[in-house]
Amino acid sequence: MVEMNEFQERARTLVQGESLGYDQRLRRLAVLATDVLPYPAISAACREALEKRVICDMFEGHAPYTARYILPDYEKAIRQGLSYLELPPPTDLDDAISFLQIMYGHVPSVTTYPVYLGDLDKVLAPFVDSELADEELDRKLRRFWIGIDRLIPDAFAHLDIGPHDSRIARSILRVERSLRQSVPNITLKVDPALTPDDLIEDAVRTVFETGKPHFVNHPMMVADHGERYAAVSCYNSLKIGGGAHTLARLNLKEVALRHSGSSDEFLDQTLPNYVELTAELIEARIRSLVEQQHFFDTHWLAAEGLIDIERFSAMFGIFGLAECVNLLMSYDGREEAARYGHNAEADAFSRRIVERVAELVAARPMPYCNGGAGHCYLHSQSGIDLDHNVTAGTRIPVGDEPAMFEHITTCAPHHRYFASGISDIFHVDETAVRNPRALVDIIRGAFISGMRDFTFNLDSNEFVRITGYLVRKSDLVSIADRGSARHGSDFLAAAAENEFHLTQRAVKRVGCHERDPR
Amino acid sequence: MKGLVTNTIKFSTVDGPGNRFVVFLQGCNFNCVACHNPYTIAVCTDCGECIPSCPTGALTINPSGAVLWNESVCNGGDTCVSVCPYDSTPKARYTEVADLLADIRPVAPFLSGITVSGGEATQQTEFVQSLFAAVKADPLLSRLTCFVDSNGAAGPETWQALVNTLDGAMVDLKCLDPEIHRSMTGQPNDMVLAGIRQLHQLGLLYEVRLLLLAGINDDPTLMRRTADWLADINPAMRVKLIGFRNHGSRPHDPPLVEPSNESLLSTADLLRESAPFDVCVI
Ligand code: SF4
Ligand code: SF4
Repeated sequence: MVEMNEFQERARTLVQGESLGYDQRLRRLAVLATDVLPYPAISAACREALEKRVICDMFEGHAPYTARYILPDYEKAIRQGLSYLELPPPTDLDDAISFLQIMYGHVPSVTTYPVYLGDLDKVLAPFVDSELADEELDRKLRRFWIGIDRLIPDAFAHLDIGPHDSRIARSILRVERSLRQSVPNITLKVDPALTPDDLIEDAVRTVFETGKPHFVNHPMMVADHGERYAAVSCYNSLKIGGGAHTLARLNLKEVALRHSGSSDEFLDQTLPNYVELTAELIEARIRSLVEQQHFFDTHWLAAEGLIDIERFSAMFGIFGLAECVNLLMSYDGREEAARYGHNAEADAFSRRIVERVAELVAARPMPYCNGGAGHCYLHSQSGIDLDHNVTAGTRIPVGDEPAMFEHITTCAPHHRYFASGISDIFHVDETAVRNPRALVDIIRGAFISGMRDFTFNLDSNEFVRITGYLVRKSDLVSIADRGSARHGSDFLAAAAENEFHLTQRAVKRVGCHERDPR
Repeated sequence: MKGLVTNTIKFSTVDGPGNRFVVFLQGCNFNCVACHNPYTIAVCTDCGECIPSCPTGALTINPSGAVLWNESVCNGGDTCVSVCPYDSTPKARYTEVADLLADIRPVAPFLSGITVSGGEATQQTEFVQSLFAAVKADPLLSRLTCFVDSNGAAGPETWQALVNTLDGAMVDLKCLDPEIHRSMTGQPNDMVLAGIRQLHQLGLLYEVRLLLLAGINDDPTLMRRTADWLADINPAMRVKLIGFRNHGSRPHDPPLVEPSNESLLSTADLLRESAPFDVCVI
């Protein structure tokens, strides 16, 4: 619980925060307010791990009153209308767009902005027929896009397209290339059997312009979540009509630092101990949300059947795998092997760690998590602006990545364990711009080798992916110059940029994650 | 079947369509002033001069007098290459087709195809042919396209030998003018010109590459003649304009000059005015 004078100090810093706009102050104050309430009951060991930041609650506040990631069933909403918002089902494209825009303003999340905007090619499909010319469709979507960027200035707002080709998907990519906004974030679902090369290539050209979309392995996602899933926020894959109550993450580097003994003892004792503490935290936060704040009993999305607690789970995140592996290799006296991403022994051990975490998480029952068959989803968590000297998720440290093929072969074996997303980012140099088909080849190959999701970042791109979200370089410069930015996520970027030196990374990058609301 | 392989690259986005595995072959029949990788020109003579320069002891000479390279201790610093007086490298190796296939197989799902470059690919035509044939015969690899990157100085029998396994050729045209060509490469250009025409007729010409050196082969009148000559073969030809870069090339007296970006772009415009070429400038 935050003491009164600390609370005052933090509130004052926020209200006087010169680099924060009005609504950014407002939103951060709201998070601060719940910190004066008691934290959900957890054991002393769990509290200590939280305070020492071995585990991290993502600063969701002490009394969660919204699920962290919510994926409303927009298709259903469009079909049945919204009684809470007194909106009948839309009958044409203009109606549908304004329907969605209104609805977005009422979808809760820990950032206050919706993290999922819909699988828009499917949601809008009933309103686009051959009567509507492409130019007209582009014009309407363009207006919609500008509205999204200005009303939801948060790079975690995310929409999905694919795996089927469609006029809407093509129009979305055209609008993206012409507007070059950092919001919304986009995922293309790729099914090697259904998605034509030509659509993937169109998406690759869009990556060259805007750093988007992200690519997901559709068949692999469907196997884990069923057809109704989406990638949201910084590449968290969850069930549509569901979502994630919360996300807590375990810093594997810190766990390794608290371990003495062999790597087998790490897997048998130390790791299970901290996995359980993380699970304890997650359970306490879920119970607080569901049983104390009664989120699902009170929210209209649940009442109207647009979300269903049965399709929710929680996200169990890990990060700092690289440092963890390297530390354990050196504890075992094998300094020469302490180089994850470059040493076969280190890579093999990294797989044992991930496998062990997956096994432990799958064996730990979690209440209200039927979306994950009663367990958390595993997530490779990509970092927030407070992380120093620790590598995001299961990635290879920034600047130390091997060539792309070796990079993919090191990372791919981890992907199957992370049902709620892992998102590696590959850095490509400018020569690829003249040969987008080369990236289509790499995308197909990466999916064949078992990758779940990833994106590309272009060296010279105006957009830069910080830990998972996208900002324009010019916006970062403007924070440095003027001390103020329009998008909420830009501040995180400015901080993450300083911690990670991400824009200097050698030959590729990876992406994912959230916010420190302080 | 063995070929003398300088090295390989698993992913390349600049050696033909899509992502490609590239095999560089050692040895070239030209000696271009502007060569970007001159250490691929000559075959190592085993003179041993590079051995003492190696900081890691990766180079040794065996009892029969051959210079051997131990990859596992090599630091990749290329001191050997920089001291070699003969434009060679001790690191090229005679490699079996089967060994190359074993290297290509794990990468294959990520590729549109393979490209043999150099050095000069056609100096080892038999090897190239058997590599391509092996790729086409392997069920896991047969979908890959097989390209060569060539200086074009190969006779009609070379292209005829490759016709059943080759999917495309990228050919350099150093200069349309025979005298300038000779001064740039040490060789005449008649075979190059005939080769370009023949490859087009065989449906195998993927692109023609023009490497431009300021003040040597980028004169507008010459470029216009070149454009006309190319357009006569195929006005929709894919033409790649490459500006010479000092990086990697040998010192020259007087120094060779990199063309400015503007002059490259104006050459591109000049080409486009002559014919509807698909021009790409790099
Ligand atoms: S690489 Fe050059 S210096 Fe070394 S042995 Fe061969 S020819 Fe001599
Ligand atoms: S590159 Fe040449 S000089 Fe350098 S370590 Fe390798 S063999 Fe020796």
